[in-house]
Order: sequence, then structure tokens, then C-alpha cells
Amino acid sequence: MSTPATLAVSNLCTRFGGSSTGATVVDGVTFTLQPGRTTALVGESGCGKSVTALSLMRLIEPPGHIVSGSVTLDGRDLLTLDEREMEQVRGARIGMVFQDPLTSLNPALSIGGQIVETLQAHQPMSRAQAERKAIELLARVGVANPEQRIHDFPHHFSGGMRQRVLIAAAISCSPSVIIADEPTTALDVTVQAKILRLLHDLQRDMGAALLLITHDLGVVAAMADEVLVMYAGRIVERADVDTLFHNPRHPYTKALLACVAGIEDDRRTPLEPIGGSAPDLRNPPPACRFAPRCPSAHDICRRQDQTLRSVSPDHEAACVLVETELSLV
Amino acid sequence: MSDLLLQVESLTKAFRRQGAKGAGVRAVAGVSLTLRRGETLGLVGESGCGKSTLSRLILSLLDPDAGMVSIDGIDFINSSGRTKREMRRRIQIVFQDALSSLNPRMTVGTNIAEPMRLQGLGTAASRRAEAQRLLGVVGLRPEHEDRYPHEFSGGQCQRIAIARALILKPEIIVFDEAVSALDVSIRAQILRLILDLQAMFGLSYVFVSHDLGVIKRICDRVAVMYMGQIVEIGPTDVVCREPRHPYTAALLSAIPIADPRRMRVADLGQIEGDTVGEAKPGSCAFEPRCPRRFEPCDKAVPALIDVAPDHSAACYLNSPGILRGTL
Amino acid sequence: MSSLPVSARAGHSELASAAPAPLEDPRSGARFWRLKSFARDRGALVSGLFLLAVVLAVVFAPLIADYRPDEADNLARYKPIGTPGHILGTDQQGRDMLARLLFGGRVSLLVGVVPTLVAGAIGLGLGLTAGFIRGLVDQIIMRCLDVVFAFPMVLLAIAIAGSMRPGVLTEILAITIVLIPYFARLARTATEGVTPMPFIEAARAAGGAPMTIMVRYVLPNVFSPVIVYATTLMGLMIVVGSGLSFLGLGVQPPTADWGAMVAEGRVVLRRAPHVTILPGCAILVVSLAFNFLGDGVRDALDPRTIRR
Repeated sequence: MSTPATLAVSNLCTRFGGSSTGATVVDGVTFTLQPGRTTALVGESGCGKSVTALSLMRLIEPPGHIVSGSVTLDGRDLLTLDEREMEQVRGARIGMVFQDPLTSLNPALSIGGQIVETLQAHQPMSRAQAERKAIELLARVGVANPEQRIHDFPHHFSGGMRQRVLIAAAISCSPSVIIADEPTTALDVTVQAKILRLLHDLQRDMGAALLLITHDLGVVAAMADEVLVMYAGRIVERADVDTLFHNPRHPYTKALLACVAGIEDDRRTPLEPIGGSAPDLRNPPPACRFAPRCPSAHDICRRQDQTLRSVSPDHEAACVLVETELSLV
Repeated sequence: MSDLLLQVESLTKAFRRQGAKGAGVRAVAGVSLTLRRGETLGLVGESGCGKSTLSRLILSLLDPDAGMVSIDGIDFINSSGRTKREMRRRIQIVFQDALSSLNPRMTVGTNIAEPMRLQGLGTAASRRAEAQRLLGVVGLRPEHEDRYPHEFSGGQCQRIAIARALILKPEIIVFDEAVSALDVSIRAQILRLILDLQAMFGLSYVFVSHDLGVIKRICDRVAVMYMGQIVEIGPTDVVCREPRHPYTAALLSAIPIADPRRMRVADLGQIEGDTVGEAKPGSCAFEPRCPRRFEPCDKAVPALIDVAPDHSAACYLNSPGILRGTL
Repeated sequence: MSSLPVSARAGHSELASAAPAPLEDPRSGARFWRLKSFARDRGALVSGLFLLAVVLAVVFAPLIADYRPDEADNLARYKPIGTPGHILGTDQQGRDMLARLLFGGRVSLLVGVVPTLVAGAIGLGLGLTAGFIRGLVDQIIMRCLDVVFAFPMVLLAIAIAGSMRPGVLTEILAITIVLIPYFARLARTATEGVTPMPFIEAARAAGGAPMTIMVRYVLPNVFSPVIVYATTLMGLMIVVGSGLSFLGLGVQPPTADWGAMVAEGRVVLRRAPHVTILPGCAILVVSLAFNFLGDGVRDALDPRTIRR
């Protein structure tokens, strides 16, 4: 990619708890977000993807803390900013859409009020101007009759509508990065289709970089340009979406895809669950973290930690098999 | 012994807001279906379609306003106290939120054995032994019977809930979104367990879910619900391959497939509007949003029309005239 | 969990979902672990032992005190703490403070503990029934209790006590009646929170009779807030009881309770502050001890606080 990255994350480490009793929930995560591209961060619960997003926004509170790494936006490392500077970044340069619109919206404030609040916090505007902008935004995200609906409260809206409102607030200051953390998990599938389409259209119009965090591989296949697979706090595979689904190289990715295929397709495909469960991050396996559950684990997997290796210029996987398979070619 | 294990006829349930006058909102509006011995019937629909209410009605956890539920030909809902209590042994339920479906103050072993205790069956020792045995059957360690639910993960809690559902040796188990809250890999494990148990014990299932993907995988037949009514019912692969109701078609097209070559976001089917408020009386509930609505749709509620021996859909597009192309 | 900040919640789920059930240590006996976790709660343990000591002290008051509590001695008035023979000093009538504290403690503890426990039990029963059965029963119970709610607690206690013969029993009865609605309301709200939970539905699906479910399933889950509330109230009721005595509706002077002692000692606050401070401290420390004990009991009864 020759275009400069919008957001560059390098070796991010976030830890919860003390040095002997805690867990490194995000362990050396590195990736970049490009303008106009959608990057999906996919993994199961407990893998660290939500904590990664919160770390980017510096929303981690004790007992969690960011141990090391850098998050570079517009040439500045966000991890070095003080809280006041960070507040100017959040909402303005990075917009975030959370999973549960019910708890993300203030039930005591009208919808219009919440968007106006975001606008006025970041841009010099009078209330009247901010209200006009709020109406525009609501129209853009597909809320009918926005002039009337800005006075309504969150409980007057359905789940899908509330998510649209959250998206409106997130894009209100034209951020260059949008982070969406499981934006459609709580929604019906027909509503999900519309919200995904909305996010896609908005991103395309704004040229923003979209970081989409999800556990749903179907959503990934529909939306992503690039995919990062996370397991036990680490990125185990990075590839563009077509390559990931049709030529995965990490055993976890392969197992996950097989699981999903077994569930989604007709009964001819056998159900292939992954045995065991995710490791306890307080005491992670010493070497490759997937080794205890991996069907192709070798001796070296249990002795030596596996880092990301290139399969091709845009495809990396953290597995020793990448080398052995390449050497067979 | 008849093949029809469970029969539901014209179940209706409306909820009234406290103090409100009038009929209230009908969560379930005249639903009829059957479950054959050994089969898995899927119940799919989005939020508000009434599937959870329907599953409560079938288990007699809610009283219907009208309609009947019978197990093996015997009336379940209207039966007397003692008969009903015994009949409850034949049908059990597994809930979506596994952890809150277990009593947090009882050990896992006690939780599993409770149904026997509540039914007055067995002795303390025999119940305990049975609970331990079932822990093994669902893939957990029997020694963990004296641990508490909060010490287990979501998937493990669901296994415990399944063990509890098995202890009365039921013939029917209703799974109410039982795997929806689980991760993909755990979901696959639990689905595999559910299928194995069915083969092992000859169980019949009603599988309620909003996830057509899972339904496709394990259900023999599927009923699609929309706003309290069944709009289509038939064999799963047939319904999914050739849906005969526009809502089923819309639902299928909106599901993202885990393959970017087959479906990207622009291919995701879109339906107009939201499910808000109540259906207009005297018209098809889906009519306001239906891309294929035509003249008869807002004149009367369509009944389920047979389109094939075991497949019916409540849509005027299937009326003989339309199908033949004469209209 | 909803009170935790978002990031902490996310982190907790990472930790919680990552740990499978521990494989070692299949020790039997859930009770063993509950007692153990209670013992680990040092605050509760110390409080429990302290209260035990206090109870023993007031029960064996005649053996411990060298004087009778109403034994006035004009020659030994206003003696400070540490006076040989009167280790805690004397009050303005020369009565031994230690004796008065111990004997007065009998009344105060009775008045603090008994009404709270009795009202707690009755209120729990009423609230549980109202919240579980709902409908007409709920309406009847709660509306009757509303009548009692309409009056300020202390005034109502005074009115009830005033209509009976003064004495300890009157105090206890009055306070009990006045407290019942508060417990009932609390229990009802807690019951409403527990009843819709899936594990209750599961019990009904298994054929559990409503009474069985109410007692075996709902009640244990409703205990916690009631216990905590009860222990919070105990110290307060000691004071309310003293108020009643002060007005002449409870124990009559010269019989003491701590509250009455505090009131009497006000007049000599400058000359002999210990006359007020000692009983005041007694009320404070005993209330605190009840609070800690209550927290410990609540936690010990809740399996979710067990740490192996």
C-alpha cells in the first residue's frame, strides 16, 4: 500500500491486573488502517479484540492499563497525549460505534441533544447550527422525519434505529477513523443487513478507515477488505478477505472457517467443533497459544513462540507450517 | 403410538399493558403446528415475532387465550394439576442465557437433580448418582457436581442446563435460542452434543432461533414466524432453496454468507421498513413491507396454503390462479 | 457488572471466559467452602467474635460488675475513667458506669436486635408472598402496609408505645410493627427481580409447585438484601428505642439503656464527658460490628463469592 496509513498500531500491549496475577489481554498487536478500506478484526469472545479497540481510544481504566506500544494518528502517537488532547481526538478524529445501542445512549437526553452535544464538544457551533447539522446527519443515516425525531428519546426508537443514531453521532465530525465494535450483533438479521449497508456507504462517501470488530465471519465476508484474526490476545493471521476465506494458513483460521461452514451449510458438511477452549490468559501456554488445540501441532509449536510470517506480501500467518508448506512447493 | 408427538392448534396469546383497555397486542396469533417423533422442528423469526412466547405456551409456562397443546394426543394445557405435572416430564426446555437458567445458590449437581426432586422421584442418593451420570453424558466431569454455576464458562453452563433437561427422560426438548449467545466454536460443540443426544435417546426437538444458518444445519422442518403467525412451514432444505413466502425469501437473502465471493455487502437483501406496531387487522401482516404485494394482500389475512404435500405458505402468491399464471 | 466501566467489563470477560472450570481439588462439601470464605473475611470474623463477647458480657453482667446499675453513691460522683474501684468512672449520681453499660446493654441489644429480626422475618414473608403471587394478594398486602408507611417511623412508634403500658416489651413491639413495611417492600422488590429469571421458569417447567419454588428458589435469592438491611438497622433501632425510653414509654429510669444514658449524660457533658461518650461509643461500635457481621453473613451465603 503506497497511500499513507490513517492509523498505525505498533506492538500494542494492554494488561489487566497486577504483574503476577494479571493477564496480558492484548499482546503485541500491530496493524494499520488505510483510508477508504474496511479492516475486520475477528475472533471469539475473550480474544482481546474489544480491548484492542478501547486501547486505541485510550478508554482503558484500572485494573487495566496500556503497557507499551504506539498508536499513530496523523503523525501523533495517541498514547503520549494527555487526557485533554485525547478528548479532542475521540469523537472528532476517531468515531466509535458500540455494540449495544440501548446502553450507549443516555436515556435521559433526547436523540438530538446527544448529537448536538458531540458536535458542540468538538466544533465551534451555535446550538441552532448544531441542531441543523444533527437533522442532516439523521437524514443521512436513514432516519425518517428527522426534524421531528430529534426531539424523541432513545426508548422511542427500535434497536436498528438507535444504532443509526449512534452511527450519526460517530460520523458527526467527519472522523478519519471509524471503529465499530460488534455494531450489529444485537440486531435482527434484516436490520443488520441495512446497518451494514449504511456503514459501507458512509465509509465510501467519507473516505474514512473503518475498523470493524466482530465474531461473525459472515459479516466479515460481506464487509471487509482486509481481515485480522485474533486469538488469545495476538493476531494470528492477516490477509485480504478473499485470501483469508479461500486460502487460510493458520490452523485456527482454518478451524474457525470449518466450524462456520459446518454450521451454515447443509447437513452434508460435518460439524467440526474445535476441541478444548481458549487459554487462560493469566497463564498462557508458553509457546504457540493455539498449540494445545491445534490438529497440526508439532513439537516446535510447544517450545517456541510463533510470530507472524509472510506467506505473500499481503498475507501473514503466525504458524510454523507457513514455512514448511512453502518449502514443499 | 402415533407419529405425531406434539400437536399445537390455534394457539393465541395477547398481552395487555397494565390498565389498558381493549384486546392488547397479539404476540401469538392462531399458531398451529405438529412435531413428529424423532424429528427436529425449527422455529425461526426475528425479534418480536412471537417465537419465545410460543415456546412458553407450548411448555405451559404461560396460559393461552385460546388454542390447544397436546402431547401424544393428550391435552396438556387444560389437564388437571397432577396429570399436568406428570406430563411435564415429557417436555423440557433449554434457555438462551445458560448461567441465569441455573440457580446460582445451588451446586451444579443439585441444579441438575432438581427436576427429579420437584417431581418427587428417587432418593437423594439416586438423584445425585443420576446427576453425576448426566454430567458425564454432556461432556463434563462428574466430580464437579459440587461446584457452582458461576464457576463455569457459558458453553459449560449450557451443557449443565442440557443435563438438567435430560434428567426426567423427556421425549421433547425445546431449545429457545440455546446456542445464540455462544461463540462459534462452542456453538459447534453444543450443536454436536445436541445431535448426538438426539441419536442416543431418540429425542424430538423444537429448535427456536433467529439464526437460519443453524436451523438449516440441524432441523428437519422449519416454521417461519412473522408477527405472531407462521408464514411458511416445510422441510428445511426445500424452504431454504425455494421459499414460497416473500418474508422467508427476504430473511434468507439478508443472511451474510461466510464467503466473500458469493456475497458482499451490496448483495445483502434489504427489506423496507421496520417491524413496528401491530399488523393491520384484516390484511397480511407482511403487506406493508412486501416487495411483491398485490391486490388481495390488504383485503384479508392469508391462510396457510399447501404448495406441496408437506410445505405450506401464507401468501396469496401461492393461490392456484397465480401459480398457474392465469391471473 | 453494569456498574463497571466499559473497559473493565471487557477485560473481565476476557479473563472469565478464558478460564475453564478448575480441574484440581474435587473436595466435597459446599458448606466447607462457605465457612472457609466467612473465616477469611476478617472484618466479619472480628465483628462476630466481638459481638459474642458483648453478649456474654451483658448476660453475665452481675458477675462482671461490682455494683448494681442503679446503686447511687453520693460520695463517688463524677469519678473519671480509671478510678480505682470504678474502672469506667461514675455518673452524676455516683453510679458505676461499667455496671450501667453492662446492664443497659441488655436492654439496648434486645431492643436493637429482636424487633429487627422479627420484623425482618415477617416483612420477608409478606414481601415474598406479595411479589411472587402478585395480583389481588399483592395489592391487599401492600395497601395495608402503605397505611403504616404513611406515618413517620418514630412518631408511629411513639404512638403505638404510648397506647400500651411502658416497658421493654412495649418498645420491642412498637418498633417491630413500624419496621415491617420497610422489610416487606424491600423483599417484594427483590422478589420481583428474581421471579422472571430463567431458572425459576426452568423449575416451573420441571413441575415445581408454586409454594416449593417460592421457598426453595426465590427465598434464598432474596435473603441478601434483607440481611444487609437488617444489620444496618440494628444500630439505628437502639437509638430509636432510647428515644422511646427517653419519653417514658419504654424502660423507666433508673433502669438504663445506652440511649437513655446518652441523654442523661448531656447535662454533665462539660464536667464528666465520659458519662455520654461511653454509651455513645458503645452504640457506635456495636452498630458497626452488626454491619460488618451482616456483610460477612451475606457473602458467606452467596456462593458467587467463594474463592477456591
